[in-house]
Amino acid sequence: MINLASRDVLHGWGKFLFTGVGLGLLIGATLTMGGVFRGMVDDGQVLIDNSGADLWVVQQGTLGPYAEPSSLRDDVWRGIAGIAGVAETGNAAYLTIQMAHNGKDTRVMIVGIEVDRPNRPGAPPYLIAGRPILQGHYEAIADERAGLKLGERVTIRRHDYTVVGLTRRMVSSSGDPMIFVPLKDAQEIQFLKDNDALLNERARTAANPAFNRPGVPGLLEAAQASATQARSVNTVLVRLTPGADPATVANEIQRWKRFTAYTKAQMEDILIAKLIATSAKQIGMFLVILAIVTAAIVAFIIYTMTLAKVREIAVLKLIGAKNRIIAGMILQQALALGVIGFLVGRIAAGLWGPAFPKYVLLLPGDAVAGFAIVLTICALASSVAIRAALAIDPAEAIGG
Amino acid sequence: MQSPSRRTLALSAFGILFLAAFGWIVATQGPLASVKVTLDTAKETRLERSLFGIATVEARRSHSIGPTLAGRVARVLVDQGDVVKAGQLLAEMELVDMDARFAAGAAAAASAAQRVHAAEAALAETGSRAKLAQASADRYADLRQKNFVSQEAIDAKAHEAAAAQSGRDAAVAALAAAKSDVRRAQSELAGTGKNRAHLRLVSPVDGMVTARLAEPGSTVVAGQSVVQVIDPASLWLRVRIDQGRSQGLAVGLPAEITLRSRPNEKIAGRIERVDWVGDPVTEERIANVVFDTLPAGVAIGELAEVTLRLPAIEKALAIPAAALQRQSNQSGVWQARDGKANFLPITPCVISADGWVEIRQGLAAGDTVIVHSTKALADGTRIKPVDALK
Repeated sequence: MINLASRDVLHGWGKFLFTGVGLGLLIGATLTMGGVFRGMVDDGQVLIDNSGADLWVVQQGTLGPYAEPSSLRDDVWRGIAGIAGVAETGNAAYLTIQMAHNGKDTRVMIVGIEVDRPNRPGAPPYLIAGRPILQGHYEAIADERAGLKLGERVTIRRHDYTVVGLTRRMVSSSGDPMIFVPLKDAQEIQFLKDNDALLNERARTAANPAFNRPGVPGLLEAAQASATQARSVNTVLVRLTPGADPATVANEIQRWKRFTAYTKAQMEDILIAKLIATSAKQIGMFLVILAIVTAAIVAFIIYTMTLAKVREIAVLKLIGAKNRIIAGMILQQALALGVIGFLVGRIAAGLWGPAFPKYVLLLPGDAVAGFAIVLTICALASSVAIRAALAIDPAEAIGG
Repeated sequence: MQSPSRRTLALSAFGILFLAAFGWIVATQGPLASVKVTLDTAKETRLERSLFGIATVEARRSHSIGPTLAGRVARVLVDQGDVVKAGQLLAEMELVDMDARFAAGAAAAASAAQRVHAAEAALAETGSRAKLAQASADRYADLRQKNFVSQEAIDAKAHEAAAAQSGRDAAVAALAAAKSDVRRAQSELAGTGKNRAHLRLVSPVDGMVTARLAEPGSTVVAGQSVVQVIDPASLWLRVRIDQGRSQGLAVGLPAEITLRSRPNEKIAGRIERVDWVGDPVTEERIANVVFDTLPAGVAIGELAEVTLRLPAIEKALAIPAAALQRQSNQSGVWQARDGKANFLPITPCVISADGWVEIRQGLAAGDTVIVHSTKALADGTRIKPVDALK
């Protein structure tokens, strides 16, 4: 038996294909939007995973270090390391800055990590080129999106850093690439001021009669020296021994050390449910509208395609074709269009996804769901077209 | 029938191409895609080790020169950068009453000397009187034996002689006292002179003035410095090295110094001293590095990077440091096994300066390890070895 649908498609295949491709690009845009949404959530998730921590100890009462500023003295780890269940601690400092590179400003997150041993908490868990930081100062590992090359020297605030390693998918919750530097350098970057500010601050202290008293030599110098210390970090990352309960250890730290400690689940809640919630919802809302528009366009295309074939359908009816055959033809064509559209869309999204400045995550689950939705919409739209086709008067084949 | 068949062929070719593209997208993205990795082998190699620290240029000995008593600065004769000799006058404090006190002391010494003369004269006079009285007493004693004078007259003369002798003894004591007075007055005068000399601030060494901290007219307290002098030949570096990476720090290690003012120059030096007391707050060890030959124009306080060369390990089984990973509190390496990643826990030993880690157990020479990967690996992750990831 001849398949009427494929015969009809072959008859006007160019038109059919182009319709499918056009539809596909629209579906591709929708899938990409979904990918952008997933990418945003994933940015938050990788930030948590890549730090390699089980607990985040931050300044009491803050949602730090990612969602709120938090400041701790850099020796509090000593007390935390003694708590039962704590395997390893690592100081970390986070700061988002604008870095001038090749005459362009790039927004990057500077991450200060301890480098006395390899793989301390906070260090990037894998590299795509180069080596870890081995020197106590002035070496850096950069995310590839920062646009730095291996061996390149880059100036951040007061010092030059050599890029010794490159990594991938190490981003802040807003998608800025990370640059890892030794903690002491990061503390300087974060807490030491520029020369002008230092000089002004010195002048202010010198003008203060409490610090600049005649007959007390050395007081002013002591006061000024104490003002230029960089002794803070943003968080202490804690790794737990296997089997230790994060909530118990966190409670212990909160109760006796008087800091706030977050477990991984709480951190995810802060980052994903709170920090990026509104922007993610914004994208999600747009995604819903785009999906509705896509569905409407698919329905219109199939409907008009059917209406364009009024004469042919009338002839079919005239020669005695059954309604089932006509309905089958339209449904098959609609589904074929849906399949082509989905394939084109998925390919297009896969091709242009990596070119986006921020991460686009195309999940297979989303693709499957998208495929099901596209086919459902095609089937629904074809039902409207089928109704119209069945209503066609066979006389139209002869009449005009 | 020819034309539809060609059209069908073209369409099916297009369709196959299309499905192939889709298949490629699915295979390279998403969970079916294998993670690209680079591989390297464990090999016997020479491990160059080094320590790295940040240093500041300091003077080994810095002399803060100031008065021992509070006072006002009268003159400052040198300025920053002046080269001075040992013993050279650098500054002077105001004398205030010091001259008057010196003059008073001198006058007191002179009057004490005069008093010695007076005492000497008195001694001569009382001595001669005692002699006369004794002679007179002797003569009367002689006359009494011949019964020319009474016993009463003799007693009176004997008493006169004894009194004159006592007068002489008193004059001797007065002379001794006057001489002590002279010594006291002279000591006082010398002391005043010393105090006065302390108001002259002189350089204890040959060196260079690094700071002029007080100007004429300003009042300084005892111990406050007016001028600072250093010996420019004694410049060295105070280097701070992270405790966690300070193993092997020892006197005599060769050092490579990069001064901030000349970042492309490597200056040779060595460790002269390692402080026993580290910095407990910054968690750093402190050592002093001397230049082999002091470069010209080095400024005190200049920042420098110091790389210390530790003795190399001639032959060790090593892997690239980037291969060292961590899996739930356990360090180890990822190995490729049947196209899948497999974690092997190992303990790293020494890490070299150029990024090689010594492994003593768990790996043999020639064993392959995964160095770089495009994603975090897990046990069983499908991997695809490539030459380079970027």
